[in-house]
Amino acid sequence: MVSTKHTLVALVEDKPGVLNRMVSLFRRRNFNIESIAVGSSEMSNFSRITFVVDGSPTMVEQVRKQLMGKVVEVVKVTDITDKNIVIRELALIKIKAPSSARSEIIQIVDIFHAEIVDVTQEYLTIEITGPEDKIESLLDLLKPFGIKELARTGRIAMTCGTLVDEE
Amino acid sequence: MKLTGAQILCESLLKEGVDVLFGYPGGVVLPLFDTFPQYPALRHILVRHEQGAAHAADGYARATGKVGVCLATSGPGATNLVTGIANAHLDSVPMVAITGQVARSFIGKDAFQEVDITGITLPITKHNFLVMEAGQIAQAVKEAFYLARSGRPGPVLIDIPKDVFIEQAEFNYPAKVNLPGYNPTVQGHPAQIKKAAEMINNACQKPLIIAGRGVAISGAFNELKQLAETAHIPVITTLLGIGCFPESHTLSYGMLGMHGTAYANWAVSDADLVIAIGMRMDDRATSKFNEFAPAARIIHIDIDPAEIGKNVRVDVPIVGDIKKVLIPLIKLVKSNQHVEWIAQLDAWRKKAPMVSSRIKNSKVLLPQYVVHKIYEITRGNAIVVAGVGQNQMWAAQHFWYDQPNSFITSGGLGTMGYELPASMGVKVGCPDETVWCIAGDGGFQMTLHELATLVQDKIGVKIAILNNGCLGMVRQWQELFYQKNYVDTPLSCPDFVKLADAYGIPALRVSTSQQVVPAIKKAMATDGPFLIEFVVAPEENVYPMVPPGEALSKVLLEPEKEVHVWSQQNTP
Repeated sequence: MVSTKHTLVALVEDKPGVLNRMVSLFRRRNFNIESIAVGSSEMSNFSRITFVVDGSPTMVEQVRKQLMGKVVEVVKVTDITDKNIVIRELALIKIKAPSSARSEIIQIVDIFHAEIVDVTQEYLTIEITGPEDKIESLLDLLKPFGIKELARTGRIAMTCGTLVDEE
Repeated sequence: MKLTGAQILCESLLKEGVDVLFGYPGGVVLPLFDTFPQYPALRHILVRHEQGAAHAADGYARATGKVGVCLATSGPGATNLVTGIANAHLDSVPMVAITGQVARSFIGKDAFQEVDITGITLPITKHNFLVMEAGQIAQAVKEAFYLARSGRPGPVLIDIPKDVFIEQAEFNYPAKVNLPGYNPTVQGHPAQIKKAAEMINNACQKPLIIAGRGVAISGAFNELKQLAETAHIPVITTLLGIGCFPESHTLSYGMLGMHGTAYANWAVSDADLVIAIGMRMDDRATSKFNEFAPAARIIHIDIDPAEIGKNVRVDVPIVGDIKKVLIPLIKLVKSNQHVEWIAQLDAWRKKAPMVSSRIKNSKVLLPQYVVHKIYEITRGNAIVVAGVGQNQMWAAQHFWYDQPNSFITSGGLGTMGYELPASMGVKVGCPDETVWCIAGDGGFQMTLHELATLVQDKIGVKIAILNNGCLGMVRQWQELFYQKNYVDTPLSCPDFVKLADAYGIPALRVSTSQQVVPAIKKAMATDGPFLIEFVVAPEENVYPMVPPGEALSKVLLEPEKEVHVWSQQNTP
């Protein structure tokens, strides 16, 4: 079976140790988690987690069932890979920006609808939001200037329209 | 009125119907032990090692169907439970393990006897709790018992810091659990049940039922029998499914798998429809996954959706409680006859009987003979608790079990040393039953300290040690797959009769076939525990055998050969 990237969205109780239990299940199946993003959901006391994992459809389905059935605090896990979804990620990029390069960098930032959130004599810090490929493209263009520091949130995702991930 | 955390725990255990705990005291659980005299309805059995407590709770749970409870202190007490908890986890045994933890202010500071037991047991429990306030103990106990016994059962651990036992809180036992993420599917999907019924009614000539422990857990013994009889379908079982269908029934064809009967394995390989009920397609049962039941369509019924399609392909999955699935299924299944198929199975059974003429006519004492005599003398009215290895397979093969939970053994984890402490728990749970512990000389030496518990708590387990002077199953693999390179399998043992005597347990040594029956009868006639050491043929192997990784159809039959007796026997 071909290994492909899957986006799983989980609704879980907001209790200590839940993330540990879930991640431990991935580890036991020898799954590499590419990214994981956790935050509150529309309901108090419940969190929504977005996992991106690599694996064959049967392996991912097995992990999905294990998460649902074996981790008591997990309410629902959906593989939304093949659905019509909105994907977003946020990245903060600190880049070397001597005065000679500054205007070129600002042009690139504008083209990507990114934002400069901090400026010093030597460095600019850029914030960009979007699907991963957009962030990758920006990084490719900025690399020649020298990336000092990079932080990415990992993917969050949601199904489009009236669909909710529980369906 | 306010109670202490320790009192709240005891009250909550009583609310859950607990009557016995297997445990061991220590520093942080002292406030709890100090409270026990106020609760005489909670019997505490002091084991000699915490592993014994976990296995005893496991045996108790399997034999009674109730939740078994074990108890240990923090640190080493808790880690000693780990093997027993993992054992219960793999065999879906309802168990609640209670551990003490260091006081709240010490947690995370590497305090004396501190381990992160909720972290350690995370992958081997169904769920676990670290209770940080006395006011939360009742809710944790309620949820722990609910989780342990419902859905696919399993062990749940509750970790309680020392000062939480002392802290006072109001005691109100909750009426409900609050587990929004836990909703096991109990009712089978009607469309799937209908599909399965159609397949059974119209689309098979060679159907076969494989029954697992899920049948016993669900209490679906009668429903399984009704299904098999109505549709005239032969039944084989997994190791843990033994007893879920009466082995003396004409439709029973024994166990499948690595040491299953040849005819059961041939039947799987030839069947055109397999109905797998309450079993998880374990590799010891199915052997090579992608050559399992090659000619069959597969209906798989299990309460755990994660087991469906995990190892073996499935055509009709049904998720649900076995009994709740079988009841509507039986209503849709038509009365049928599979005369030719049954005749085929009978012919196979005749060709490769479980009890060969060599075993019947052996001049040396064979372990199979011992097991069979225990069966004859008890007339099958006993609960047999076996260890792991050759003794376990002979106990499975040469005793005919007609009742669910009458054969108790460590299947998934394969824990040597399970037998003695587990049989202790079985006897405590079923004091009126005859309980035979069938052990090997290797496994017995792992947990023999529990002989002292048998004496102190007057637990009348009958012990049969099949002593072949070696780690028999490992030796068998060395013989067959490692060119007889017997590395570290011959092992010495104490004089078991003197050992039993030192503990105050009457004992006999038997080394000829003629002595077997009188010894077993003596054990049965003696009140309390009794030990018999059977000095058996050391190089006896377990057959049939499916070589590891091969398809079930490649099952090897017993070779025609004489049994050789080792010259340098290690037994006294």
